[in-house]
Amino acid sequence: MRRILSFRDFDWALLLMVLALCGISLIEVHSTTMHTRFASFESKQMLFIAGGVAGMFILAKIDYHRLLDWAPWAYGIFLVSLVLVKLIGHKVMGARRWIGIGPVQFQPSEWVKLVLVLVIARYFANLGARNLTWSDIFKAFAMVGIPMILVLIQPDLGTTLTYAPILIAGLFLGGISFKQAAILITCFLVLAGGVWSSGKLLKPYQKARLTSFINPANDPRGSGYQINQSLIAVGSGGIWGKGTEKGTQTQGYFLPIPYTDFIFAAFSEEHGFVGAVFVLLLYFLVLMRLIQNAQTAADLSGSLIIMGIVAVLTFQILVNVGMVIGLMPVTGIPLPLMSYGGSSVLFTFLALGVAMNVRMRRFVN
Amino acid sequence: MVSGSNRGEKLPTLKLTVVQYGILLMMLALIGGLWRLQVLDVQNYRVLAQQNRIRQEPILAPRGKLFDRYNRIIVDDYPSVTCFLVREQNKNVQADLPLIAKGLDLKLDDLQATLRHYRSEPGYQPIPIKEDVTADEQAFIAAHRNELPELETIDVERRLYPRDGFAAHLIGYVGEVSEEDLNNPRFAYYEPGDVVGKAGVEETYDQLLRGQDGSREVIVDSHGREVGYFGIQHAVPGQDLRLTIDNDLQRAAELALGDRQGAIVAMDPRNGQILAMVSRPSFDPNEFAIKIDRADWNKLITDPDHPLMNKAIQAQLAPGSVFKVLMSVAGLQEGVAQNLHVFCNGGADFYGHLYHCDRHHGPEDIETAIPDSCDTFFYTLADKLGIDTISRYGKMFGFGQKTGIDLPDEQPGLMPSAEWVMHAYHHKWYAGETISVGIGQGAIEATPIQLARYISGVASDGHMVRPHVVFPDEISKISPDFYKGILESFPGSGDANVPMDPQNWMLITDAMAQITEPGPFHTAVSAHLNGIDLAGKTGTAEVISDTFLKASGLKGKETAPNVWFVGVVPRRNPELVVVVLWMHGDFSYYPARIGAQVVKAYVDKKRREANNLPPEKAAAPASPVEVGALWSVPNPPPGKGNNTVAQGATRLQGGHFFLGRDGIVAENAAASISDSRPKNKPVSPRVAGGSAVNPSELASALAIRRKDP
Repeated sequence: MRRILSFRDFDWALLLMVLALCGISLIEVHSTTMHTRFASFESKQMLFIAGGVAGMFILAKIDYHRLLDWAPWAYGIFLVSLVLVKLIGHKVMGARRWIGIGPVQFQPSEWVKLVLVLVIARYFANLGARNLTWSDIFKAFAMVGIPMILVLIQPDLGTTLTYAPILIAGLFLGGISFKQAAILITCFLVLAGGVWSSGKLLKPYQKARLTSFINPANDPRGSGYQINQSLIAVGSGGIWGKGTEKGTQTQGYFLPIPYTDFIFAAFSEEHGFVGAVFVLLLYFLVLMRLIQNAQTAADLSGSLIIMGIVAVLTFQILVNVGMVIGLMPVTGIPLPLMSYGGSSVLFTFLALGVAMNVRMRRFVN
Repeated sequence: MVSGSNRGEKLPTLKLTVVQYGILLMMLALIGGLWRLQVLDVQNYRVLAQQNRIRQEPILAPRGKLFDRYNRIIVDDYPSVTCFLVREQNKNVQADLPLIAKGLDLKLDDLQATLRHYRSEPGYQPIPIKEDVTADEQAFIAAHRNELPELETIDVERRLYPRDGFAAHLIGYVGEVSEEDLNNPRFAYYEPGDVVGKAGVEETYDQLLRGQDGSREVIVDSHGREVGYFGIQHAVPGQDLRLTIDNDLQRAAELALGDRQGAIVAMDPRNGQILAMVSRPSFDPNEFAIKIDRADWNKLITDPDHPLMNKAIQAQLAPGSVFKVLMSVAGLQEGVAQNLHVFCNGGADFYGHLYHCDRHHGPEDIETAIPDSCDTFFYTLADKLGIDTISRYGKMFGFGQKTGIDLPDEQPGLMPSAEWVMHAYHHKWYAGETISVGIGQGAIEATPIQLARYISGVASDGHMVRPHVVFPDEISKISPDFYKGILESFPGSGDANVPMDPQNWMLITDAMAQITEPGPFHTAVSAHLNGIDLAGKTGTAEVISDTFLKASGLKGKETAPNVWFVGVVPRRNPELVVVVLWMHGDFSYYPARIGAQVVKAYVDKKRREANNLPPEKAAAPASPVEVGALWSVPNPPPGKGNNTVAQGATRLQGGHFFLGRDGIVAENAAASISDSRPKNKPVSPRVAGGSAVNPSELASALAIRRKDP
């Protein structure tokens, strides 16, 4: 007997924490853009958030099992759109990532993440809780690998990398054995070494970005510049920060793109260690809440969907904040819910919508 | 379907717990990173953040101005803008160079050469690429702030020197500090790129004139754009200095010497104040105020006439007959000259060699030998005195030593003596040499300033002074230490008293006063000044024995002798001593006439002052000078057509005029703007003919509306 679906089961606590992060984001986007030609970006960001929340509720309404059924079709469509991007996309900062459909421009590579989460969840749920064969593993690799390669040649290294945790989470939770994992990690290391030294697959600027975080002082005017300025911004913020709109690094434009990739640096400068830890705590609570939802999901596919989303969000937080504080290379991965940008905000909210979807149906049957 | 196949299956809790701990670990790692940056290293990063946005911008102190003794300005400053290039501020500076060269009106080759010159400097070091940037070029820099972030400008105060090299050698010039000076501990306060005095008063008094640069802590954004400033340390302007020179006398001396190679020194014998100092050929110090062109510089330093040399204190030449005054002093003080009577037969024989005199003077004694400048007499006197006595007196009166004037690079000249010959040439003194020295020839060398001091001493009862161009009491009031430093840095014979029998020096000055009086053999009759008590002495020195010229590499190109004149006025308690040197000049009465012009200018001025007469008018400019002017007038009554002006207010109006020989002559540009005025009617407070134009008529000539206060 079907229980009547109700928004009483909607995860309002999760939404509250998410909206708190969005509020912080709006304040910081305002602060970082107020004296630039990007002023009033916060109102655009508010529209994105509103759209994202609406999308979240809509997506929460549709049974995720139906989404899983549609996923392979969506997967196919997005593969085609990624090819189209390569052929007809707009060039932004040297990379073709955007295609326009009528007045709307969008970045298919962001959406592919959500589709991949569903496809991988569906795949491993169908396999059930048995041990994986090598053939299972390779099929999963192919599923993620094809869009990864298509995005990498855009070129968009950052987004490419965000696909990997979906696969890793799927494999880990889908039942990969230690032995298989060890073999795969070894293969990966060898392959990565090969890619690095071949010098063809990675563009020089990508390589420079990947290494300069280790010692930014080596190249203070080149790719190390961003990291240096970010470290100065974060470090000079101190415990309590310099105050909203008072960050010298942010307001003096020393910090590169402080409203998108480096928004956490700007926030840390203006709100200090206390503010930064508060934001990380919010992220932590969001992730824990999602994992709890995964645990209570009605079935394996639901759990896998949420854990895929957790994997993507965790990876983005780790890489972005890690980059800002000099522990990770500069990869151009936005901070979910904080960085300005429609595609990123929409993806995050839609992903959360799917997670809500799973939670709302935890008592179905 | 998916939904059916795995219903009830769950993810293992262990794996989810692993994920949770993994995320916790990650968060802790990130918080640890934040802790390290924001708590442990916060000071370090605060400093870096400050350095990022705070830029020290120097505020250059304007140099002190120079005034003449009556506080009339000689050297002024004017505001100017210098453009620098900071390579670090743009990635590809080379690609921008053609645009920069075009915008700043530079030659691309020159610009590239400048950059090459500084290529070893660090990238943040600003490279000066253009000085005295014009308003147009400033607009270019401002308009290209984004494309050419490497260009920076700085406001400076530049030196404005009198034109035509007026007193150029005395004033000197400024330039960028040299490598040697930077390494010299005496100039520890110099920093690279500083503009410092390089010659003359500018060099001697640099420490007072330069002031103290201030700085501004400018807050900049990442494009180097100024967004505010933090702190400001104002520059302390340099000390203004009053020179001892009198512009009027200086001008008279400049005009008197004309373009003859040589020098004039005019000094007050009572205190050593230099009233005028001229050296020829001259140069334009303004060329140094902006970076001097390499070609111009080469021309200046390779010119055989040494335009940069201050001949008044650096030309070491045989004094010729001017030295006979010293011979007279020595002879009289030693009791030899009083009773010496010589018959001049156009020369005399000493030590088997005939020494010529230029005339057959007949019988001569000390009173006549001075105005006649009889060589024979002084040959004989020299022979009787001997070199040791002559040398002793010479040294007493400052020969062979610097005077200690407060100008750089004074030369000591040379007073030959037996010891000197032994020391320099390792042989004994030849007695014949004494004969030549007796008429100021041979090895003896003196500078004009030395002669001025020596003649002053002789005419002032042996009271010798240290010449100077800045008032010592004013300097010691500003900084006693600095004054002490000046005395130490410019050692010399200085102030001294030589005991003399008053009868002797009176006899000598009386005899000197005879030279411009009528007399068959008097050497400077043509320089006679009616009613002026001038006592002087001419001198002619052969250039063959002129070691200075030998050293300068001139070979017979100009064999004309150097001619001298020294004079004091009046002969008792003199107020002015004049020394004129004309190198390779004509007869010695020429410098006497030159000197007489300076003396006349001095005496005329004194007399005008004593009789309350207005100063002599400066010569009117040959061609009319255009001047512009603005003045305010009350509003015309209403209904007079001009309705643009608010009632009751005063308004500004302007016009321009041409200054002609006799005051203001209107050529009027203003009237052409007015609609109610007849065209081209002269508009001027005083038109030719002297009738004044009603100011209210002027009022409507050009109405410039003034904003209500």
